[in-house]
Amino acid sequence: MTLLEVENLQKYFKTPNGMLHAVDGVSLSIEKGHTVGVVGESGCGKSTLGRTMIHLQESTGGKIIYQGEDITHVSSKKLKEIRTKMQIIFQDPYSLLNARMSVKDTVEEPLKLARHLRGAELDEEARRLMELTGIDKRMWLSYPHELDGGRRQRVGIARALAMNPEFIVCDEPVSALDVSIQAQILNLLQDIQEARGLTYMFVTHDMSVVKHIATNICVMYLGKVVEFSETKALFSNPIHPYTKALLSAIPSTDIDHPTQRIILKGKITSPIDPAPECCFAARCNYACDRCRRPQELRKMGNGHMVACCRAEELG
Amino acid sequence: MEMKNNNEEILHINNLVVEYSSGKEKVHAVNDVSFGLGGGETLGLVGETGAGKTTIAKSILRILPDMSAKIQSGEIIFNGENLLELSEHQMGRVRGNYISMIFQDPMTALNPIMRVGNQIADGIKIHQNVTKAEARKQAEEMLEMVGIPRERYGDYPHQFSGGMKQRIVIAIALACHPKLLIADEPTSALDVTIQAQIMEMIKKLQNESGTAMILITHDLGIVAENCDRVAVVYAGQIVEYGTKRDIFKRTAHPYTMGLFKALPNMNEDTERLMPISGQPVDPTKLPQGCSFHPRCQYATEKCRTQAVPLIETEDGHLCRCHYCRENLDRFHH
Repeated sequence: MTLLEVENLQKYFKTPNGMLHAVDGVSLSIEKGHTVGVVGESGCGKSTLGRTMIHLQESTGGKIIYQGEDITHVSSKKLKEIRTKMQIIFQDPYSLLNARMSVKDTVEEPLKLARHLRGAELDEEARRLMELTGIDKRMWLSYPHELDGGRRQRVGIARALAMNPEFIVCDEPVSALDVSIQAQILNLLQDIQEARGLTYMFVTHDMSVVKHIATNICVMYLGKVVEFSETKALFSNPIHPYTKALLSAIPSTDIDHPTQRIILKGKITSPIDPAPECCFAARCNYACDRCRRPQELRKMGNGHMVACCRAEELG
Repeated sequence: MEMKNNNEEILHINNLVVEYSSGKEKVHAVNDVSFGLGGGETLGLVGETGAGKTTIAKSILRILPDMSAKIQSGEIIFNGENLLELSEHQMGRVRGNYISMIFQDPMTALNPIMRVGNQIADGIKIHQNVTKAEARKQAEEMLEMVGIPRERYGDYPHQFSGGMKQRIVIAIALACHPKLLIADEPTSALDVTIQAQIMEMIKKLQNESGTAMILITHDLGIVAENCDRVAVVYAGQIVEYGTKRDIFKRTAHPYTMGLFKALPNMNEDTERLMPISGQPVDPTKLPQGCSFHPRCQYATEKCRTQAVPLIETEDGHLCRCHYCRENLDRFHH
């Protein structure tokens, strides 16, 4: 069952030099219970996509459909209702937490404001969330500055879960953490997903993390989806030249088999008022005349989709 | 314990101890660290946040905060001289000239209101005793070496992307062809594709001028691709030291093994990751015995009570674990 779907979603920002196309016509559907990984370089629009999908920002164009219902333009009352179903976990939990609120107060806040819990009920629900996310009892009355990055992220997760959401955008939730803590948080996210049947959109630039956690992967370049595929298929058979370069750039820990690197040359196309041609053509080793035309995301079989006119030769 | 190097050593740190005082508490940041580095060699310093990697680096350049940090004891022998005994003035001649450093965040390493070319030329003027015009010429050459057109000499930092800013930082660091480069997480703030370019470039420049490098990183992939030797740091101590092959293929310390196991594996499918249990040690209250024992699944009574020296497990491969030889069988059967 499709939980969330976007059609030709656009998010533009006004800049002094023109319109910055942060998300430029993205169509994507996310199945219930799945984890869709969104990868790409910084500035490719992956975070903006996540934020626009859950209405943290108004979209410029396109449609957002949640459980069959068009929620692109809804009343603020309705939006409040939808928001409880869609939550976000941020990269830097420090800037999200109020320095003057204890862990318990932080977790209780949304329970009070949106779920109107009080007294014993409130206390019980907050405890349940803090236990679920593995926050030690002795930390419950601590303040953010007393917590390390991993514990802060647990508070961020507890807060996101407070609304009983169905869909969570995880925006680089582990990139600020050490590998060991990263492993703990990834395990926690997987456990919660299993227990509650959650759907994740996992925004990250770390390919090994996304390979571990995602069912499907969406590769973005300059606001556009260039490849979408089931995780295994993407890693075993990347088709788009950008995906190939991206995967080849991951440093391998296998000292006997270093990765064969594809080095990208050429200038990165500006996202401000880009020409309607292939956005990657300027850096692409396979660029040809046909790349001057707009590239559509095309089906290659088995749900693998690629936006490249030479996909057949490269696959 | 002597560390072996094939090339002539340019740096040797002996028994370095660094403490920070915060309020009444003492933070034991670096506890008796010794290692050597041969000319042109690359040593990777690996470990979690707070392990003391950056403190070791800053001790070498003597840029620790005066107010809170204190180098309690030890020697840092560079080119036959103990850097800890130099005057501040003499140290100024070393920094940027013989030893330079690349910091993690290029945004904060550059002066936002100074043209990037001048920032490169500055170091050359100070250290090389050349004319302004000559400094400019050399700075332009450095810009081209790191892949930025010399026409951009007069641009300001905000006009460059993150990757290009880091290139400028590298140009500044290498402008005087230092003998030793300390790179502290040089690519952590950058995308993988840019990271690949930057590391490739550092290696090329390093090879050209025979510069030795200390590469601080938490990314074991970067270590695998760029380092000759590796020192794994935990709680301000080196817990394992050896060639890249020793560390990756003959891992002997449970902490090093834990780091590998916690990583999502690119080559195999793992259902669940294996985090190292527990939390990193509190550096104000180091445990008795082996500092890793509270998190170690193999810990015994001996580990809880007896401190561990670095033990030569195999030729040149050092490990701070009572059971390092047993571990070799345990981990690599």
